[in-house]
This record gives sequence, structure tokens and C-alpha cells, in this order.
Amino acid sequence: MAPQQSERTPATTGSVKTAMTMTEKILARASEKPQLSPGDNIWVNVDILMTHDVCGPGSIGIFKKEFGENAKVWDREKIVIIPDHYIFTSDERANRNVDILRDFCTEQNIKYFYDIKDLSNFKANPDYKGVCHVALAQEGHCRPGEVLLGTDSHTCTAGAFGQFATGIGNTDAGFVLGTGKLLLKVPPTLRFVMDGEMPDYLLAKDLILQIIGEISVAGATYKSMEFVGTTVESLNMEERMTLCNMVVEAGGKNGVVPADSTTFKYLEDKTSLPYEPVYSDAQASFLSEYRFDISKLEPLVAKPHSPDNRALARECKDVKIDRVYIGSCTGGKTEDFLAAAKVFVASGKKVKVPTFLVPATQKVWLDLYTLPVPGSGGKTCSQIFEEAGCDTPASPSCGACLGGPKDTYARMNEPKVCVSTTNRNFPGRMGHKEGQIYLASPYTAAASALTGYVTDPREFLQ
Amino acid sequence: MAASLSHAPYSTIFTSSATKSSVSQSPLSPPSIKIPTFSPLTAKPLSSTFTRHAARAITITPRATSTPSSVPSETSTTTFHGLCYVVGDNIDTDQIIPAEYLTLVPSNPAEYEKLGSYALIGLPSSYETRFIEPNEMKTKYSIVIGGANFGCGSSREHAPVALGAAGAKAVVAESYARIFFRNSVATGEVYPLESEVRICEECKTGDVVTIELGESKLINHTTGKEYKLKPIGDAGPVIEAGGIFAYARKTGMIPA
Repeated sequence: MAPQQSERTPATTGSVKTAMTMTEKILARASEKPQLSPGDNIWVNVDILMTHDVCGPGSIGIFKKEFGENAKVWDREKIVIIPDHYIFTSDERANRNVDILRDFCTEQNIKYFYDIKDLSNFKANPDYKGVCHVALAQEGHCRPGEVLLGTDSHTCTAGAFGQFATGIGNTDAGFVLGTGKLLLKVPPTLRFVMDGEMPDYLLAKDLILQIIGEISVAGATYKSMEFVGTTVESLNMEERMTLCNMVVEAGGKNGVVPADSTTFKYLEDKTSLPYEPVYSDAQASFLSEYRFDISKLEPLVAKPHSPDNRALARECKDVKIDRVYIGSCTGGKTEDFLAAAKVFVASGKKVKVPTFLVPATQKVWLDLYTLPVPGSGGKTCSQIFEEAGCDTPASPSCGACLGGPKDTYARMNEPKVCVSTTNRNFPGRMGHKEGQIYLASPYTAAASALTGYVTDPREFLQ
Repeated sequence: MAASLSHAPYSTIFTSSATKSSVSQSPLSPPSIKIPTFSPLTAKPLSSTFTRHAARAITITPRATSTPSSVPSETSTTTFHGLCYVVGDNIDTDQIIPAEYLTLVPSNPAEYEKLGSYALIGLPSSYETRFIEPNEMKTKYSIVIGGANFGCGSSREHAPVALGAAGAKAVVAESYARIFFRNSVATGEVYPLESEVRICEECKTGDVVTIELGESKLINHTTGKEYKLKPIGDAGPVIEAGGIFAYARKTGMIPA
């Protein structure tokens, strides 16, 4: 399907009088205004509201309290409910929360509810997806030019599709459930221009760790982050999602990547709904612009206990580690596992520390068992991981990225040192307050698993 | 810079009280709410509501014991007095309420109380004095003092809710992460106040402090020092009312 690229009528955003950024244009359309500027407070029409098992029950509680027990949601086709956080646990309250979601979806006839009933075998649940941000993309809920709100800070991941996407709280979500609208403030935009050929030992995770290290964990607070340049254009959709996923780790309100042929191709078999991408005007005003020559960048990590505690992976080569974790909305996508597999293939060795693999979604899990890894002679990721001595890929969910209930697979129940492809390393993030988390790309994580120390992937990839 | 921006998202929510007449002409009847009808969304100087506060009689509440979501009366508190609990920079939501407790649903009253008992339990053990003592449900510290970027991390509303449910009335930090600030106002659980200097380095846990909301100042009685706070502006009345829904009802934006 050819995307519609035409501008809307002058009544919305068509005739541009003052130049706007992409984020401003998306919000202008969603608020039915011809023009707006950073700082404007606007009522925005929401295209998609996403919630999950952690914040859904509370949002539903507020919706019922404020709009009435018999109230109906504003649009049963624009709400996407994805259990993904605390699924494979015997925690009764966690299980109850999924039941609350199910009852609500039945009552409201919610069109998109990715349910799970049989916790003993995720494959017995054809509707179950897994990690919400990855599932949203795979199921075609992310579309250029739209507004997507979710009760999860990593909702910003969807900005990879050239849309406005940000995280909100339960009370705001309760309001959206009833009205389909939310009062938002238009953020100013920081622009990140990344040019240069990306070396084959780098991944998008390195790019975003570089940026967060540069501007700090509060450097983009209340701001939009727009990613452009030849390097960004060369990234596939999953890598663009990694980039946008972590804007919240710099305090950002949203991140955006301009939609292009890569975006349209990804969407071809995923959505039949029309969408209209928008782009920053050439004269648009950016709060500041940062430029990076990616060809000179080296593999990075974020040391404990902050995502902006940047260091070169090779500078940490003496840091002994206890385990490696590959998973989450940030680093548990198909491309992330293919990247890890590439390192294992290149080394031909076995891992020296327990290596936990948690595919983000059921689709990713299936890919691990079916897709051939390039350069491996036709082996799948799962075969390569098994030969390397990794743990068997676990049931898709958010897993141990945020700790979760005590019986969560791969949760850090002891003060271990972990190299992880996840997004946060604040104290206690993966379960234990004294645990130490090194955030890294899947390349760096796999390389570190092979040595038992934080390791620059060039040791195996060159 | 981030600090001054952080007040602003709320500025227009409250200016709609100034245009109350136009609102009452179109009472919102959920679920078919027509929000854009009260849309003269012009920002007002933040200090305007603030002077209204200042003119009001100040009553001292020794410590927070109010129930959640209750709408305070007209003579409601504009002064908080009590012990402070001091933390550092980048206190993220995992430290405020670790993920393992997120199975508790804040809108469930019993679980709301329970969430409160775990507030700030995620702080490292280097914090020898705990925010809530073992086997207690409430904190004895009604004011939390922090550094930069307080509440960063996840969007979990459980974070301001846990603090409020524990009995904290206000957080005074150098700056806030966006979602925490918004969730604090939306729920009305705690006042997210901003200091002009890093008072987290000058106050100690257990110091006796008073916050004069109307005068935007914090007095540390233990050290005898006084600090200016940035005005809470239009967010103040929303928190006072008990959150956005309570405020909207109180001001006639939506039917009571």
C-alpha cells in the first residue's frame, strides 16, 4: 500500500505559515490547530491508548470511579491492552491483575486485547504477544503521524514510526479512556544529527548511550528528541525503536525518527489503515542541535547506577561479571538476538557466565527458532544459543528488566553484576538493590558472556 | 531551565477556572465529554493563583493524616510542618516504589494503604534511617527533600501515590522528571515543589521544617535557615482539591 504523503487541508496543517518540527506538526493535527509552538497547551485527540497489567487495573479503577460503573470507553477500537509485565509468576495479585484486564476488555468489547490464560505454556495462547512496545509495532498499531499514549514510560519507543508517543500515568489514562483526549504541552525539540557509516560492531544501543551520556539523564526533560542523518536512515525499524525507546532515559517526552521507505515497507503487511507522515520543515526551529560522526564511535556501556554513566566497553574490560541478560523492549527484539547470535557464531566459543534470553514477544520467540542467522550456514538463533551454552529462550515478557515478582525468570535476587541489553540500571532495577547493571548493546552483551568480563565486541567481530 | 518548564504543563488546566462561566454552559457529561469547548487556553502568569493563596489564612497541620482523594475544605492547609527526609539526585521510581510492589492497584483503598507502607523502600541500604520504620504503615517524615531529577524512570503513578499514602505531603527537589511531576498533580497526592538551591545538601533527615506554600518558602528550624521555593502556581489548587478530576468537579468543569 502506498502511503499517503499529501498534506491535509489548510484547516489543519496544510499551508505552513510558520515552520514547525515534526512533533509540533503531529500535535497540531491531533489538536486540529493550523499552527502551534513549544509551550502551547493543547487538547490532543488520541489515536491509540495502550495499557498493560501493571498500570491497566489502576487506570480502569480511575475510569470507573470518575465516569461511573456503567461508563463506556471512548472508542473500543483505539484501546490496546497488552498483558506483559508480570505474567509467568505464581504471584496471585499479579495473576488477578491480568484477570481485571480480561474482565474489562470483555465488558467493554475492547478490540485489541492480547490475552493469556494458560501460564504454563505461552504457546497455547495464540492471542498472547508479550512486551507491549514491541507488540504494538508488530501488530500494526504504530503509524506515522499519529498520537499514541501509554501507561508506560517506554511508550516513546513508537516514535520510531514518525509518530508522537509518550508515557502517562493512571489518572491521565483514566481520563483518556473516558474522553479520548488529553491536555498536553507542546515540547521544544532537540535535534540529533547522526551521520557517517555505522561500523559493523555498533548497534543503535551504542548511539543512544552516546547521546544520553552527552546530555545526561535529565538533558531532554520536557523535550522532544528528533533523530536524523544518514546513519539513522540506514537503521532498520527495530534499531530505530531502540533509539527512541531510551529517550525517556534522558528525560525526553518523546523521540521521533522521520518515516521513510524503511518505515513504509515495515508497515506494508501490518496495517490497512491510512496514515499520513509529517516531517520537520526546513526552517523549523530546534532548541539545539547535536551532531555525531558515528563512524568514529566505539562500543559503549552505561555503568551502574545511571543510564548516563557512559564508558567505552573496552575501558571496563576488568569488570568481572556474573551474568548476561538479553531481553526487554529495548534489547529483546529479533534483530537484537540476531546480533547476539552473530557474535557467538564469530567466536565459536561457549559463554562463561549464565546467559539469560527473554524474547520480547511470541513473534520474536518464533523467529529465534525459524530464521537462519546470516553467516552461520543456516543455523537458527536457538541452535546457536544452545551451542554457546546459553539458557533456553524463556517465555516472552518484560521479564527481569524491572525485577518484578520474586519468582520472575532471571530476576537478580542476589547482588550480582550483570551486563544487560535493557534500559535502566538504577539501584534495584533488576531486583536486588546492591546488584550492578551494565547497560550494553546485544553485541557487547554477547561478547561479555563469552569472556565473563565486560567486553568490547570487536574482540570477536574483527 | 528544566525547572521553570516543569510548572508549565499545568498552567492552563487551572486557568479554565477563570473561564468558569463558559465551562458551566457546557457541562461535561461523560463519556461523551466535549473538551475543546472550554478551550481559551491562554497561559496566565503563574503567580496569579499564588497571591490568592497568600491572602488566605494559614493553618498548620502537624503531619499528614488525610485520607486519599479527599477534597480539602476552604480552610485547607497551605503550610506543612514536620520532619524532613533527605535524599539525593536522580531518585528514580524504582527507588520510590520497587517493581515487585506494582501488583498493588492504587485505586483499591486497601492496596493504596499497602503501597504507602513501601514508599522509598528501594533506597539503597546506605540510607540507614529508613523512610518508614519496620512494621509501620506510615512515615514520620511529612516532607521529602531531594536533588535533581526526582522521580525519573518509569511512568508508574504508584510512585507519587506511595509517597502520599505513606503520609508525605510535599516533595521539595531541585527538579523533577516530567511524568512524576504530572502524576503528582494529576493525583493530588503530593506537592512537587522546587527549590531554588540544592537544599538537599543543607538539610538532614530528621530536621524540623515548615513549608509556607503561600510565601513559597521552606524554613529549617533545626538549622535556622530559610529557603525560597519556586511558586507551585496553577498546579497548587489542583493538588489541594485532590487531583485533576476532583478539581474539575470543584470548579464546575465536569459535573459534580
